[in-house]
Amino acid sequence: MTDLTCTNLSMTFTNPQTGAAVEALKDINFTLKQGELLSVLGPSGCGKTTLLNMIAGFVNPTAGTISLGDTAIEGPGVERGMVFQQGALFEWLPVAKNVDFGLRMKKQDEKEAVALVEKWLDIVGLQGFGDTPTYQLSGGMQQRVALARCLVNDPDVILMDEPLGALDALTREKMQSLVLELWKETGKTIMIITHSVEEALLLGERLFVMAPRPGRIHKEYRLPFAEQGLKQSLRDIKQDSKFSEIREEILTMIWNMEEEIMGGV
Amino acid sequence: MFEWLSEERAFIAAFLVIALIISFGVSLTIGLKQSILRANDEVFGDPDRTKGGWYWSVCGASALLLIWFYFSWEVGRAYFPKAANEICQVAKIEESISPINAAMPIGSRYYKSTDLIIRNTAQLDSLEAALPVDLFSAQEASQLLSVINQTRQIIAAFSNPDSQDPQSQKAIANLAAEFDFLSEDVLAGYDGYEPTPEALLQPKWGITEVEIPLLPLTPRGVLFDNISLKAKSLADTFLKLRSKSAEADRLIAKTKAEIKTLKEANSQAQGSETYVKKREAYVKAVERIFKRVDDGTIFPPEALAPLYISVQNFTASVDDVKGGLGFIDSVFLPGNGIIKSRTQCTEQGPGRWLPKPTDVVATFTRLANPDVASGGGYKGTTLLWWKWLEISDVVDFFVPDSVIDMLPGSYGTHSADGTFEPTFKDNLLRLAKGKISLGAIPMLDGHIWDSLFRVLVAMGAGILFGVPLGIYMGVSRFFKSFFDPLIELYRPVPPLAWAPLILTIFGIQDDGKIFLLFMVAFAIMVISARTGASGTQLSKIRASHSLGATNQQILRYVILPNALPEILTGIRIAIGVCWGTLVAAEMLAGTTGVGFIENVARTVSDYELIWVTILIMGILGLLFDIMMRWVIQKTIPWRGKG
Ligand SMILES: Nc1ncnc2c1ncn2[C@@H]1O[C@H](COP(=O)(O)OP(=O)(O)OP(=O)(O)O)[C@@H](O)[C@H]1O
Ligand SMILES: [Mg+2]
Repeated sequence: MTDLTCTNLSMTFTNPQTGAAVEALKDINFTLKQGELLSVLGPSGCGKTTLLNMIAGFVNPTAGTISLGDTAIEGPGVERGMVFQQGALFEWLPVAKNVDFGLRMKKQDEKEAVALVEKWLDIVGLQGFGDTPTYQLSGGMQQRVALARCLVNDPDVILMDEPLGALDALTREKMQSLVLELWKETGKTIMIITHSVEEALLLGERLFVMAPRPGRIHKEYRLPFAEQGLKQSLRDIKQDSKFSEIREEILTMIWNMEEEIMGGV
Repeated sequence: MFEWLSEERAFIAAFLVIALIISFGVSLTIGLKQSILRANDEVFGDPDRTKGGWYWSVCGASALLLIWFYFSWEVGRAYFPKAANEICQVAKIEESISPINAAMPIGSRYYKSTDLIIRNTAQLDSLEAALPVDLFSAQEASQLLSVINQTRQIIAAFSNPDSQDPQSQKAIANLAAEFDFLSEDVLAGYDGYEPTPEALLQPKWGITEVEIPLLPLTPRGVLFDNISLKAKSLADTFLKLRSKSAEADRLIAKTKAEIKTLKEANSQAQGSETYVKKREAYVKAVERIFKRVDDGTIFPPEALAPLYISVQNFTASVDDVKGGLGFIDSVFLPGNGIIKSRTQCTEQGPGRWLPKPTDVVATFTRLANPDVASGGGYKGTTLLWWKWLEISDVVDFFVPDSVIDMLPGSYGTHSADGTFEPTFKDNLLRLAKGKISLGAIPMLDGHIWDSLFRVLVAMGAGILFGVPLGIYMGVSRFFKSFFDPLIELYRPVPPLAWAPLILTIFGIQDDGKIFLLFMVAFAIMVISARTGASGTQLSKIRASHSLGATNQQILRYVILPNALPEILTGIRIAIGVCWGTLVAAEMLAGTTGVGFIENVARTVSDYELIWVTILIMGILGLLFDIMMRWVIQKTIPWRGKG
């Protein structure tokens, strides 16, 4: 089993000029079982991105360990795919070359690669766009390319940092369904950071609400909506009374945290 | 064909000027109409307001060309092809009577005599005030003062009309009468005058180096030419004329004797060397002023008055006969007119340093003619042509002989019977020395190619070394910190400041210039590649790490393409700077290249050639830039869209 485990994870940034230390994260402990979908919510600056970057291996924690299955994480790796807020696509390459980037880097057989790219472009709904330059795509299409690029590498864990943040409401809803479908079909472990409470509720099988100063997991939920979303329209789920109840609860929670921050300033 | 075009350039210009005026008028009309029509299409400040408007481009270009045609005197030459020749004849008259004019308040404020008196009196006053009493005995001092005083009296004697010798009065009156006759000759007109066959054979204005034909080509010109000869002899008479006065003669003799005694006393003076020298210097200064006034060049103003009037009348009658020529001179030949000096008539003002458009084209065609043997090209080299290039020469240039030394094997030695059988290595050495014929390839040649070649080689080397270093400096702490001081120290030095040093080290051949340009290109390429590399978005780097790329792969597939826009912009800038530096470097030293042509043209004041080289450089620079813009557009369509 390739569970993702974080133990006593802490991260302190020290400003090299002033020497002031920021406790971006403190004592984070959790285990994400294989195939779980986790969404992370929290006020700005509570350390969500930092947490994700540490799992991806871009930054090293000041204390604690992260491991995927039996191996400790010590740097970036193909088994942890990443989707950024703004595609981070290679604008000098057309769509297909973006998608097969990972395959080319590990020198996969060209024929297999072409077939894989076809398959994933199909799944994310971009069949026929292989030769289009990425800068000619809309924001939603670009995010789908980013998803395909990540998935083609067949990672165990997919890490997403506000992947839908820059999209308009309708595109966003479509993309949310796509994420749910992909989750169901591939059975991947997914960790998704979002600013939207609704999105977190809809997508998160599990949900962490984080709190700042020091960054920590404030409250954890287990939610049924992601499962429901696979069968039901997302719009219907949003009408659900339980959904709105939890939404209000979390909104109040985050509102209070923000109040605290503002009051502190 | 070219011959004919060259011969008929005045006619061609006349046609072009009319075409330009029409295109100016038409485009201006279209432009004004369009402006009224579209006045409310966009609000002020909307960038769309600058779009389109070819008619204004036509209008501007026509106006610019017309200004060029006008100020270079080409309009004048086109429509009044003989005017300059006639004005040249007038200039001859002016040259002839210039000694007389110089003595009169003509073209200046005072009589020359007045000027002389003012200057010499002032100097006498200051000499008197500065009389060094300690150097001279009391008796000598009073003698010096008397010399000074008598010099003043000589001036007074020459200035006094009453003490004038009637002889000299009469000579002046005669001269005045001669000028009156000359005026009548002028006013009698030029009927019956004909240009000489020799004059008609002269090359036309602008066809050869001599700008304006010297011999008169029109009856009026012949008249002026004749008059100028007569005026010249009158002026010679005037120059021999002296003011005479018995009173002055007496004073001059007396003063001369006194100066002589003073000089004799000096030659016997005892004392230190400086003492004697100072005495001599003072006496000499006094004598110098005396000599200036003792030669009878000071006349009473009344004495010169009749001549003054006659010369003025003469000039007026010349102006009369000139008629419309004066108008053409002032309107169509802007500047300071035409001056006759020694053996030629030269244009003064813009007509001199601003070559006529058709002359520029003619000079350019002459330069561009690849047939060096029949006067094409410049200094034995074509402007831009091709030649057969021996491959062995290229090998010789690129393969250093020492490379062969490092190869295994040994060079041969001569054998016992006194012969030499080359080994394989000997043959390799001959190859490296360019001694083995390998055939030839066609290659560009000429001044322009030489300049281009230098820039291209330097750019190539600059890119080859600069881009990798720049990229590594963009990603590595070691590379950045290690090379930063070096590059930041040499980069701000203006390239031409290096030139004397580098040309000394490498010599004036291509190597020095190429190295100089390489330094320029290298710094720019390093900086731009570095900016491009370090500007790669962190998220792209992270994404490629997560996609399993190795460091080398990230460099090659992410950082390099990311830096490409910066690199290409760097190349564009570097080419521009190299081009500017090259031309200046070629002016410092060398025997080929566009800058070389301009440098030679400068030393012989060949303004047409200077302008031709300026135009060539401008056009080539523009072509470089257009090419780079095209390359940038084609190769990085994604620029600024990441
Ligand atoms: N490289 C860094 N150096 C110093 N401090 C940092 C660094 N990166 C993050 N921080 C600090 O760590 C804290 C958490 O930052 P992080 O980016 O993880 O927040 P976040 O939850 O992702 O916020 P947002 O919702 O706005 O994206 C912030 O206070 C931030 O100032
Ligand atoms: Mg963040």
